[in-house]
This record gives sequence, C-alpha cells and structure tokens, in this order.
Amino acid sequence: MRKLVLIVLVVILSISTFSSIKVGAILPMTGGVAAFGQMIWQGVALAHELFPQVLGQDIEIVLLDNNSDKVQAVNTARRAIEQEKVVAIIGQVISSNTIAGGAVAEENGVAMVSPSSTNPLVTQNRKYVSRVCFSDPFQGVAAALLAFNNMGASNVAVFVDVEQDYAVGFANFFRDTARELGGNVFYEYYKSGDQDFTAQVSDAMSKNADAFFIPGYYQEIALIAIQARQLGFYDPIISGDGAAVPETIEIGGEAVNGLYFTTHYDPGSPAVTENAKLFVQAYTEKFGEAPGTFTALGFDTYLVIRDAIERAGSTDREAIAQAVRQTKDFPAVTGIITINENGDAIKSVAIVKIEDGKFVYDTTINP
Amino acid sequence: MDPKTLLQNFVNGLSLGSLYALIAIGYTMVYGILRLINFAHGDIFMMAVYFAFFLVTLASLPWYFAAILAIAGAAILGFSVDRVAYKPIRKAPRISALITAIGVSFFLESLAVVVFSGIPRSFRTIFPQFLNEMIILGGQVETRYGREVIVGGIRFPIISIITLVITAIALVFLWWFIYRTKIGMAMRAVSVDIPTTSLMGVNVDRVIGITFALGSALAGIGGILWAIRYPQVWPYMGFIPGMKAFVAAVFGGIGSIPGAVLGGLILGITEIMMVGLLPGAAGYRDAFAFFILIIILSVKPSGLMGKPDIVKV
Repeated sequence: MRKLVLIVLVVILSISTFSSIKVGAILPMTGGVAAFGQMIWQGVALAHELFPQVLGQDIEIVLLDNNSDKVQAVNTARRAIEQEKVVAIIGQVISSNTIAGGAVAEENGVAMVSPSSTNPLVTQNRKYVSRVCFSDPFQGVAAALLAFNNMGASNVAVFVDVEQDYAVGFANFFRDTARELGGNVFYEYYKSGDQDFTAQVSDAMSKNADAFFIPGYYQEIALIAIQARQLGFYDPIISGDGAAVPETIEIGGEAVNGLYFTTHYDPGSPAVTENAKLFVQAYTEKFGEAPGTFTALGFDTYLVIRDAIERAGSTDREAIAQAVRQTKDFPAVTGIITINENGDAIKSVAIVKIEDGKFVYDTTINP
Repeated sequence: MDPKTLLQNFVNGLSLGSLYALIAIGYTMVYGILRLINFAHGDIFMMAVYFAFFLVTLASLPWYFAAILAIAGAAILGFSVDRVAYKPIRKAPRISALITAIGVSFFLESLAVVVFSGIPRSFRTIFPQFLNEMIILGGQVETRYGREVIVGGIRFPIISIITLVITAIALVFLWWFIYRTKIGMAMRAVSVDIPTTSLMGVNVDRVIGITFALGSALAGIGGILWAIRYPQVWPYMGFIPGMKAFVAAVFGGIGSIPGAVLGGLILGITEIMMVGLLPGAAGYRDAFAFFILIIILSVKPSGLMGKPDIVKV
C-alpha cells in the first residue's frame, strides 16, 4: 500500500514538474527597497493570473527574495538557474542588484529581464540581460529639463547615494544635461540606510541651492524632504522613479507635497494599448485602488517573457533569450516595447507630482 | 562653513548625539555590571519601536499609553533574552556570551522580518505631529510660494530637547538607582565578583535579570524617540544606531554612564561636523565613527571617563 502511494506521488510530482514552465522572479521582498519588490510582484502575479499559460503548458513562477542586497542578488540568481532550473528570469529590481545578478545570468546563458533597472551598466556588454524600462541617460535629460526649464531652477543641490549605481549614474546624466542648459549643479553625498541628512541639507542651503534633486530611493527621499522642510528649505524638490511608491508619501507626509519626479508610467497618463486598459481594470477590480508604476512594470515584464517563450516555441533557454532580444512593438502597459540590440527599451518619461498626499500625472516627455 | 551654518550644524549634531547618548547609556550599564557587550541592544531598540507602532495602529491605543507599554515590552524582552540565551552560559568564558549576543541580534532581526515583514513602515502618524516641529531662533518672515514662512534662523526640533531632558533624567535616575538602592548595591556587587555575591545570599540571576530589563527599557525609550525623529520602522533599523551607541560607550569609557552620555554627544557632533566640513566624504560617515573607535582604543583604551583596568601580578 505504502509503495503504491509512493509511486503515485512520484508520478504526480514528475507530471507536475514536466508540464509546467518555470520562470524565476528575483525581487527584493525584504530590505531597503522592499516596496519596489512588493509592487512588482503584485504586477507579475496579476499578469500570471490573467495569462497563466504558454505553449499549452502552465507557467510556474518561482519567487526568490534578494533582500535588496548585492550578495544575495548573486546567490538567488545562482539558485534560480542551478537548482530551480528556470527558463528565464524576471528581475532584478534596483540597478546594483541587476548588475551583480546579471553576471550570473550572462555566464549561464539565461535571459534576465529587469522591470525597472535604469542604469546603463545593467545591459552594457550583456547578451542575456535586458530591460523593459527606459535607461538613465534619458531619464537624466528629462529630470534636468524638468528642473531647469519647467521649474526655473538655476543652482541645484544633487543628493547622491554613493552606494547605488542607479543614483550615481542618474546624478551624472542630470549634471551633463544641466551644463548644456547652462545651470549650476553641486553634489551632496549620503549612503543607503542613512537617517540623518541635516548636515548635507544645511550645507546645500549655505551654498544657496534653489532646488534639490534626489536621484535615490524612497526611504531616503522621504527623510531628506522632511529634514529639508524642517530646516527651512521651501524651494522645489525633484526626484526620479525611485520615488514612485506610496511609501514616499506615507513616510514623507506633508514634506513631500509638491515633490516632482520622473517615472515610467502613471495610471493617470493616457492609455496607449489594450493591455494598459486591461491592467488598470483588472487591478482596480482586485485591489479597489489605482495601480502604481512598479506594478505596471512587473505586469509588462511577465508579458514580455511570456511572449518571448511563445515566439521561441520551446523552453530552450537560449531560444528564449534570443526571442527576448527580438521583442518588437509589443503592446505593453507602460508603452510600446521594442528591445534594441543593447537590450534596452526606448520609452517615454512621465512626470508626476505629489499633491495633497496623492500622485498626480503632470506630463510626458518623449525621447 | 559660515558662522550660521556652523551653529546650525552644532545644533544638528547635538540633536543626533542626544539620541546616541540615550542608547549608549543602556549599553554601557549592562557592560558595567556584567562585562557583557550586549550586541542585541540595537535590536531590542527596534522591537520596542515595532511594539509602539502596532499598539497604536492595530490596538488603537493612545500614543502615550502605547509608548509606556512598548517600553515595558522592551524590558520584558530584555529580561527573557537573558533567561533564554545568557543565563545557561553564565559560567562559560566571556567570549561565548559575546557570540551568543551576536546570535540573539541576528535572531531578533530575522524574527522581525518574518513577523512584521521586511517593508519599511511609516512612523509619522503614530505620535503627535507637534513633536517634530522646530524651534526657530532668528530668521525673518517672508512669503514663499503663496504662504508665509520663516526663512533662515537656527532650528532645533522639539523632540531633540525632549531627548536631552530624558537623557538627563535617565542619568540621575541610574545614579540614584545604582548608588542609593539595595538592588543597585547588589548590581555593584555582581559587577565585582559574582560567586562571592551569590555566597552573601544575593539572588544573582534576579539582579542580572533586572539589569537587562532596565537596560532594555532604556533602549526602548531611545528607539521610540529615534523613530519620532526619523519616522520609519524596519527590521534592521537598530543595527547602525546600536553600533554608534557602542562606539559612544567605548569613547566615553565603557561601563561609565556619564561617559556614555558625553561620548554620544561628542560622536553626534563630530559626525555632523565632519559631513559639514568635508561634504565630499559624507558617504563615509559611519566609517568615520569606527575610525574614531580605533583611535580611542589605541590611544586611551579605557575611554574618556573609564577606569583603567588594574592588572594584578
């Protein structure tokens, strides 16, 4: 009897393993940037719910948590590829993690598609790492145009998180455009996890900054905004897609009202595709609120990988990786996605501001 | 740095240093009595903030009541940690206790990730907003962006004044408690010689338990004040403040309570001044704190107010 049960179990297990296609999702579900991971996971899960199959088989998503940490980014990538035997990977989220984990994907020839890593180094000299979002050379231009042209700033203090490739790259692209526009820029430095920015804010104010630009992540953006307002800085604060989570408002409160930031998508922006309508409708029905930027990017990443598997017509890792790179005019939520020869998507930047504790869509800047 | 910025940075440093000082008191007290560096101090700090957070959000208690319960919770947690983790190895070499403390620290952090989830939460609306208002000295009223604001002036958060007052109260209370009460006398006896104290009929485990409870309550108070000033809660929030408090305690002379306060204030002010003077090196401010630690340990190992160890031959 026991033997029979065992045989049945083995048969069931082997059927379930053979009949599903495993896709890895390596996201920061805990740690400093967990809010991004949680939102992207919502989007991936929603897309999986709506489109659970490809090539007539079920897709199984293996979620791995990289703790927002570079070392764990490498470990989880190894685990996904070597132990979980995934055919492709959704991830990772912040640039420094995708740069670290991307090296593993590259050496094993597994496609890794990042929903949100914007630093150029993420896909530089990589054949297997791609992204469905814009990259920072363009976001930097958009943020600088916002600061110097739209907001009329002339002397901007840039708060740079020295630990994050994203922040350093984004700040430098912002500075380059600022120089072209004839504006002045100086840097203040901090690192992820810092809590006290009073010295940097005081320094920036003594150098007569007329705007702050914070190309970092939401925890520090909120704290810098609070401390800037407390120390009597009333001029504009500008930020990037790192601010596009509700936590910015929850932590920052009153201090982040009037904050402008560049981002990938806002549910208030005009919907360009059928998928965008479907996404907003399905999300609102399920959660009773409007979806966020990163949820949309998670949704898109899943769809892009699913589409690549379909076009590859097999579960061969190499074929899928090549199909990802051949993605062309895919009608995603955040825009029409074409992945170019570098693995980057060329997309427009949305400008969003915070008004009375809510994200309000402002304009779109096209490349 | 112009004089106004210098003064503002001094005030910023005092504000940060007062928090370090308060956390360092509990650290140094436990060390002074047990010769144990309780690395879990920063994690009890974190747990207390979570207790306060959930007592207000889930149990909808008023903030003052939640604060008192959270501090009591921290004391009970500190007491239990001693019973479960440190008591069984009381007679083992000191290094075992140190490693156990590091283990407890990791355990509490991971427990918080599992139970409270790893997403940072906002502590902003938990306590009344006036605590984070600023006292402004000088400056003039101007209209900016359609509303009247005060521009310029030296600014000091109200919460930092409260922190300084609480630190002073804690200092006086501990002095009274350690030097003027019976249990304090027992603590001092334990710090000199545990077996002999035990032979005198003192319940050593109870005394050590109370020491931990008191130290943890101080960590809890520090945690709540910290979270009001920097309003976010997450499982690793205690790590860096705990480390800084450790540096402050060593700086002041580990085991010396007034030394810890002095060390905390000096560390806070030098850290802010260093960022103010060398803005380009601001990313290395934590490294700077540990650099100070190395200098002190090599120049004056007993710290500013510590007693030098007498080695008997």
